[in-house]
Amino acid sequence: MSVKVVLPTAFIRHTDGQKQFASSASDLPGLLADIDQTFPALATQIKGDDGKLRRFINIYINDEDIRFLGGDAYSFKDGDEVMLIPSIAGGKG
Amino acid sequence: MEYSCSAYELKCNECGKSFGNQPLSACDDCLAPLEVHYDLEAVRAEFTREKIAAGPANIWRYKALLPIPAGFEPDLPVGFTPLVKAKRLGKRIGANNLYIKNDAVCFPTLSFKDRVVSVALANAQAFGFETVGCSSTGNLANSVAAQAARLGLRACILVPADLEPAKILNTLVYGARLVRIDGNYDHVNRLCTLIADDYKWGFVNVNLRPYYAEGSKTVGYEIVEQLGWKLPDNVVCPMAGGSLIRKIRKAFNELIALGLVEDKPVRFFGAQATGCSPISTAVKQGTDYIEPQRPNTIARSLAIGNPADGPAAAKMIAATNGWAEDVSDVELASGIQELAETEGIFTETAGGVTTAVAARLYADGRISEDETTVICITGNGLKTTDAIANRYEFDRAVRPRLADFAEYLEELDGVREPEPELVEV
Repeated sequence: MSVKVVLPTAFIRHTDGQKQFASSASDLPGLLADIDQTFPALATQIKGDDGKLRRFINIYINDEDIRFLGGDAYSFKDGDEVMLIPSIAGGKG
Repeated sequence: MEYSCSAYELKCNECGKSFGNQPLSACDDCLAPLEVHYDLEAVRAEFTREKIAAGPANIWRYKALLPIPAGFEPDLPVGFTPLVKAKRLGKRIGANNLYIKNDAVCFPTLSFKDRVVSVALANAQAFGFETVGCSSTGNLANSVAAQAARLGLRACILVPADLEPAKILNTLVYGARLVRIDGNYDHVNRLCTLIADDYKWGFVNVNLRPYYAEGSKTVGYEIVEQLGWKLPDNVVCPMAGGSLIRKIRKAFNELIALGLVEDKPVRFFGAQATGCSPISTAVKQGTDYIEPQRPNTIARSLAIGNPADGPAAAKMIAATNGWAEDVSDVELASGIQELAETEGIFTETAGGVTTAVAARLYADGRISEDETTVICITGNGLKTTDAIANRYEFDRAVRPRLADFAEYLEELDGVREPEPELVEV
């Protein structure tokens, strides 16, 4: 089983320029552990001092916010696209 | 694309890292939103009551505290909308010192978004963008399209596919490219973040967001100036992304720091629709953690389920001893009618939310009757007529005869008007 992880440009300085990579992690905690091993600098950027994902990062599975799918408890499915996006945008109107 | 200006620059709100001035909205270390910070001492001599009073009757009278690139000559008379005392609405909801800040008549596109867009586009030009855009639930789309047209910039605007037809038409008319996205606002917003990453476009609420957001401060400056350089006791403000309410407070704090207004506590109250109330839910639970929601409300201009500035807004509201409330779609439609019937101001759904929330805050005793309270009305009812269309019926047509007219009134009111007396001549 494999998922495709997609990163914003702001993160690729920590991944030797890779904007996406494959992971065999089965869930979000597994993916973060995978990133710890593969891209330690990226892990430092996306996790706070408490070891948790920073609150300014949103994780999307395909088109859905992972928090609507159960968050850490969500089991990745083969072929899922996992996107990390800073929660920067917004604006009423 | 970078330019320098000594008076202001981008800084990370979390870790304090400086970024100069560039089209960037998140810290590259901790990913927190960036905000424009000013060297207030550098503008102290420029930002005085006298100099402001001598300026134009629009937001540019405050330009010394707006992030405007050197050499930019603003020519659109945006903002400086009326602050009106709302005696009749006040009487109805039990408020003796109630004011409406009426951005339903903001120039040029009838919403407070004109303020933020004018500041964002000034920067878009300085950064060299030829195409600008936004993710929008309507008002922002209208304003970007109109102001881009005037500046000769190309505009590409992304909206949720189910947007009200009036708001779509009000964008297309300016010649903008409008892309309807099959999803809700949060989906559109996420896509815009990806586009801004890949295309060299200036998205006013993505990579230009820190500059854009500063435009909201002008609501705060105007409130204080129009109250005769006094702070109100309370501000009631709609919340979507959670930016406006914070920027009004930032404006007040800058005026206090520069000695233009006497310091006093101001409480901030946030208004949301129950069908999309992530920030008011957090405030009620005493936290600044925002649990995202799937929006389900007719107040589409407030329907952001995952508000970027939500945590900061919730924290700020609590810090000022304020509160946040949310109201149902039925209540917000009644709020639209109540404001129109009492004050002659026709607002959109967001304004209905704000009016209904204000009424509830008085009813619940969270605001006392004699306190000075300003309700921020941010958009115009002509854009969301669908929200109340089912509350009115077109009655039968009447023949153009006095007797028919009298009969019709009798039919409506159940009593006959007295016959006019015959006067001898």
